[in-house]
Amino acid sequence: MNYFLTEEQQMLRELTRQVAEEKIVPVRAALDEKEEFPHEIMKVLAQSDIFGIFIPEEYGGLGMGSLELCLAVEELSWACLGVSTTYAANALGTYPILLFGSEEQKEKYLPAIAAGKKLVAFALTEANAGSDAAGVQSTAVKDGDYYILNGTKQWITNGGEASIYTVIAITDRSKGPRGASAFIVDKGTPGFSFGKKEKKMGIRASITSELIFEECRIPKENILGREGMGFIVAMKTLDQSRVGVGAQGLGVAQGAVDEAIKFAKQRVQFGKPIISFQAIQHMLADMSTRVEASRALVYAVAKHIDSGAKDFSKVAAMAKVFATDTAMKVTTDAVQVMGGSGYMREYPVEKMMRDAKILQIYEGTNQIQRNVIGQALIKEAVSRENGS
Amino acid sequence: MKIIVCIKQVPDTAEVRINPETNTLIRDGVPSIINPFDLHAIEAGLHLKSELGGTVTVLTMGPPQAEDALREAISMGADEAVLLTDRAFAGSDTLATAYTMSSAVRTIGFDIILCGKQAIDGDTAQVGPEMAEFLNIPHVAYVGKFEEINAGMLRVQRLMDEGYDVVETSVPVLLTVVKELNQPRLPSLKGKMKAKKSVIKKLTHPDIGTEEKNLGLAGSPTQVKNIFAPEAKKDRKVLTGTPGEQAAQLIEELKSLKCI
Repeated sequence: MNYFLTEEQQMLRELTRQVAEEKIVPVRAALDEKEEFPHEIMKVLAQSDIFGIFIPEEYGGLGMGSLELCLAVEELSWACLGVSTTYAANALGTYPILLFGSEEQKEKYLPAIAAGKKLVAFALTEANAGSDAAGVQSTAVKDGDYYILNGTKQWITNGGEASIYTVIAITDRSKGPRGASAFIVDKGTPGFSFGKKEKKMGIRASITSELIFEECRIPKENILGREGMGFIVAMKTLDQSRVGVGAQGLGVAQGAVDEAIKFAKQRVQFGKPIISFQAIQHMLADMSTRVEASRALVYAVAKHIDSGAKDFSKVAAMAKVFATDTAMKVTTDAVQVMGGSGYMREYPVEKMMRDAKILQIYEGTNQIQRNVIGQALIKEAVSRENGS
Repeated sequence: MKIIVCIKQVPDTAEVRINPETNTLIRDGVPSIINPFDLHAIEAGLHLKSELGGTVTVLTMGPPQAEDALREAISMGADEAVLLTDRAFAGSDTLATAYTMSSAVRTIGFDIILCGKQAIDGDTAQVGPEMAEFLNIPHVAYVGKFEEINAGMLRVQRLMDEGYDVVETSVPVLLTVVKELNQPRLPSLKGKMKAKKSVIKKLTHPDIGTEEKNLGLAGSPTQVKNIFAPEAKKDRKVLTGTPGEQAAQLIEELKSLKCI
C-alpha cells in the first residue's frame, strides 16, 4: 500500500531492510540460542547512522521524527525482536534527555548517542513498581552538590551494556507521585553496579538486568527537568515510545506472515502446495489484513505525533495495543500454518511467537494501555458534556 | 593521499546466461550490481583514507546507467565519483579498458589505486595489473591483508593458491584485492542522502587525452573463441634450495620439457 512516504523515508526503510536481511537474519537464531547481545549489529547500525534518526541535527543526528523511528524499528523487528528491543530501548532511554534535558545535558550526551557510540537505558521498573509506577522505592537524597541514589531497578533493557541510564527515583516521599525525579547516571559511577542478568522466554538477543545503586553519588546537574518532575518525565517518555512498540509488533507480524507464505507455497500435502487450500488462504488473509491495519494505525499515530500534537496518549496506546495484540495472534497463526515445522527451531516463527509475547507486557501492559484509552474516553465525554 | 577505487557494474547472480552464437553475456533483464570484489576495494579505500587521510574517488567506465553503481559507492562513504562514458569506449576488451581507465586515472591524479581482483562477468583479472603497466607503477594483485600502511610504503599479504607472499611496495601503487581483505560496510543514511544529491563527474574521450585507435572495439585485440572452465592444474613441482639452485633446476626442467 502507498503510505506516501517521502524519498528520505523510503531510503531509510530500504537501508534498515538491508541491515535486517544481510546482518540480522543470518545470525538471529544463534543470538537467540546463545542469549548473546548483538554487539556487531549495533556497530552496523551506528555506522549506518540509524542511531541518529530521531536526534536533532544540531546534535549530530538526522533530525527525523516518530514515523522514521517507527519505520526503522519495523524493519529491524521484521528480522529479530531481540535486536529491535535493544535499539528501541536506546530510544526510550534517550527521550527523557531529548524532552527534558538542559542544553548542557543535550550537548554532553546526544552526539555520542546519535553516533551510536553510547547506548542508553531507561530505568523505571522495580520489584514493586511495574504497572503501578508510583510504587518506586529507590531514593535520591540531596547532599550539597550531589544526589545520593539508593535502590534496585529491575528488568532493565540494555542494563550493563548501556553507558548512559535515565533513572527515576523518589526525592520527596511525602509528595507522593510529585515526589519523584529523573536523573542521568553514567555507567562507572561509584556505587552503581549490575545485578543478575535475566533469562527470558524471548527477545533473547537483548539484555535485561538489575541495576543496583548503593550510596551512589551523582552530580546535581544530572537531574532531568526539576525535582518532582520524575513521573512527568516517565509518562511523557512512555507516551512518546509507545507507538514504537506498536511498530515492533507490526514488524514481527509482517516477518511471520512472510515466513508463513513462503512455507505454504513450498509445502506439499495431498498432492498440492498447502497455500492452494482455502483453510490456509483464509488464515493468511486474516493475518495480512491485521498487519496492514496495524501499519495504517501505527503510521497514522506516528504522523500525528510528528505534527506536533500535544496530547496523544490515547492514540499511542491504541497503536500499541492493536499492533502488539496483532503480533501475538499473527505469530501464533504463522506457527499453525507451518504446523510441526513452525514449532521447530529450524524455522524462525517459533522464535517470533516467543518474542512477540513481551510486546503485550512491556512499556505498559496492554491492560494498562486500555486503562489509558478508557480514561481518555471518559475525559473526552466529560469535556463534551461540559461544552454542550 | 589520493585514493582511486575502480569499480565495475555487473549483472547480478550466476544466473546470467551466455549467448552460444556470439559467446557474449546475455544482460537483458538482469539487475545490475557493483562487482562484489569491488565492494572490498571500496572498503579498502575507505579504510586507507581513515588511516592515512585524503580522499576516495570511485571511477567506473560504462554506459550512463553505471551512475547507479557510483552513487552506491558514495552512499558507502566515497568522496566523489567519476563516470567514464563515451560511445568511443564501447566494445572495449581488457586492454582497451585498462588503457582508457589508466588515462582517466592519470587525468584525475592518484597515489593509491584499488581494484577488485576480477569482475564476476568477465573473470579475467587483467584490467587492474594492465592499468599499472600503462601507468608504469608497481602493482600487487590478490591483496588479502594490510600488514603495515603509511604514506610512503605499504606492506601487504598477497594471497596465493597455497599460503601468501608478504610484499612491500612504494606508493604510488595499484592493488587488486580479494574478499578475505575485509567486510564491506553497508551504506549509511547520510551517505545515501549525499549520494542522491551528488553530481557525478563525467569524462569522455577528449577529456582524458586518449588516442582513438586504442579505444573500444578498434583498440581491442581480444576475440572470444570459446568459454570454458579451465582444468585445475594437477602435476606441479615445488623447487627448493637457494634462489640460484632453484633457477638452475628450473632451466633443467624447462629444457627437459623442450620449452627452451
